[in-house]
Amino acid sequence: MTERTQKQKPAPQHTDEVTDAPPAAAKQGEKIKADLDDLLDEIDSVLEDNAEEFVKSYVQKGGQ
Amino acid sequence: MVAIPKVCGIETEYGIVVRGVPDANPIVSSSLLVNAFLGQYIDRVAWDFVDETPGVDARGHRAYDAMPPDVESHLANAVLTNGARFYVDHAHPEISTPECRDVMEAVVFDRAGEEIMRRAMAAANAALPHGEVVVYKNNSDGKGNSYGCHENYLLARDLPFGRLVSQITPHFVTRQLFCGAGKVGCESPGVSSKRVPYQLSQRADFFEEEVGLETTVKRPIVNTRDEPHCDSQKYRRLHVIVGDANMAEVSTFLKLGTTSIILAMIEDDALGNDLALADPVSDIRSVSFDPTLRALVVLHDRRKMTGMEMQWELLRRARAYHESHGLESLGDESIGKLVLERWEEALAGLESTDRSVVSHMIDWVAKERVLLAFQERHDCRWDDARMRVLDLQYHDVRPDRSVSARAGLERLSIDSDVERAVTFPPLTTRAYFRGRCLEKYRDDIVTANWDSLVFDTGHHTLRRVPMMEPLRGTEAHVGRLIDESDTANELLRKLGA
Repeated sequence: MTERTQKQKPAPQHTDEVTDAPPAAAKQGEKIKADLDDLLDEIDSVLEDNAEEFVKSYVQKGGQ
Repeated sequence: MVAIPKVCGIETEYGIVVRGVPDANPIVSSSLLVNAFLGQYIDRVAWDFVDETPGVDARGHRAYDAMPPDVESHLANAVLTNGARFYVDHAHPEISTPECRDVMEAVVFDRAGEEIMRRAMAAANAALPHGEVVVYKNNSDGKGNSYGCHENYLLARDLPFGRLVSQITPHFVTRQLFCGAGKVGCESPGVSSKRVPYQLSQRADFFEEEVGLETTVKRPIVNTRDEPHCDSQKYRRLHVIVGDANMAEVSTFLKLGTTSIILAMIEDDALGNDLALADPVSDIRSVSFDPTLRALVVLHDRRKMTGMEMQWELLRRARAYHESHGLESLGDESIGKLVLERWEEALAGLESTDRSVVSHMIDWVAKERVLLAFQERHDCRWDDARMRVLDLQYHDVRPDRSVSARAGLERLSIDSDVERAVTFPPLTTRAYFRGRCLEKYRDDIVTANWDSLVFDTGHHTLRRVPMMEPLRGTEAHVGRLIDESDTANELLRKLGA
């Protein structure tokens, strides 16, 4: 029943909702994306240069 | 039997490199790290190896055909005023937290261990003419070499070891679902990183046996080292070598908390034998290799369930145990309850449509989120070298390089508690006596160990103070005595030693 009700929802109305006043979920989604963008900007700035060489040089003796 | 207090602690071996000095000897650089820290902060008190017996097997015999770990008594090694041990082990710097009364305290002292490493790096690098010593709180170099993060739990001696092995194994195989630290690629022989580009655990690739004494080769899921470091008539110390080093405090909290509960249940014979696994060595890998969380484990009676189903079943039983027995063995009532709550939150979050809802709690999810976002932005794939760099830097403890510090991980500890834990011991275990004595009577202490201090106060014999009870020597027992004793002599007289 629930599925059928959702399918009957007129599509244009749904679009209007998004453009006029973003529902909470969409807002949340945007915030998560913005947070992730900030995180990636930071990651890009701390990432060690010369990845290949960096990975190659990380060699450890086995421990416990 | 009634479950005894789950006194616990964590030993972490860090990876170490010297940037700018490619052929640096790791034993030398690890020693430099420890000695630089000691030179800057405290005078050195030697560790006492008299009671170290890593070759004794909990199954009741000495395993002559096995290879017990060496006790490397010539390497840098010291006891700190917070009751911890900071030393060089197998070419790695290692910190053992002091004995903690509960898992939240262990989270704080694990964090303090990272802070000690940062200070040690600063001191070592100030002494180095060129190059930079850097440590990583991870468990693998991505080339088949692994180093450990071990947990220790106090257990009753009369708990049958066979029961312990069969009943704890299902948890050890599946708890990585919420305390795996995540790893790019695969180091299991014969399994390519193409097949396993990302897995839940740093360590799962390195376990080859179900039970045994080894820690450096043929690693077992249940380690049988029988070295209680306390009254061996009454206690065992379960030495757990199967976990990952965690950056997420909630992962550390859950790793120790859920394990403490399961151990208490086993002591009270309240868990049951019906979850025993037919092939845990194979299962620990298949669970780690499958981020879709659908990998199956096979029980002795041939039933199959996913790792997630196993964890839900363990949680259900833990809740029932909480109702019937309580969780006093974990310390304050609030701790056990919080473990159960966060355990459920972790499992539910892992099963939700978007598991990044638990990326603040679980290392492998937090790391995966960063890696996937990076792939999308830079249009690269798992085999890009930057994936491995990000993996490594997730475990970098330097604030200016750490990826985990930027990944939105939830804090359980507060900075002032961590700062205090760098120099001051836990209040409610014997670590209090050890730490306070080292701070106040350092010049009169010849050696220190987990279960004794040896004083030289100018008498013709050295005086050894045994500490065979992990929950004696607390602030309540000896705090005033230490406060009121200006000299070690005075303290020993009052103690009747």
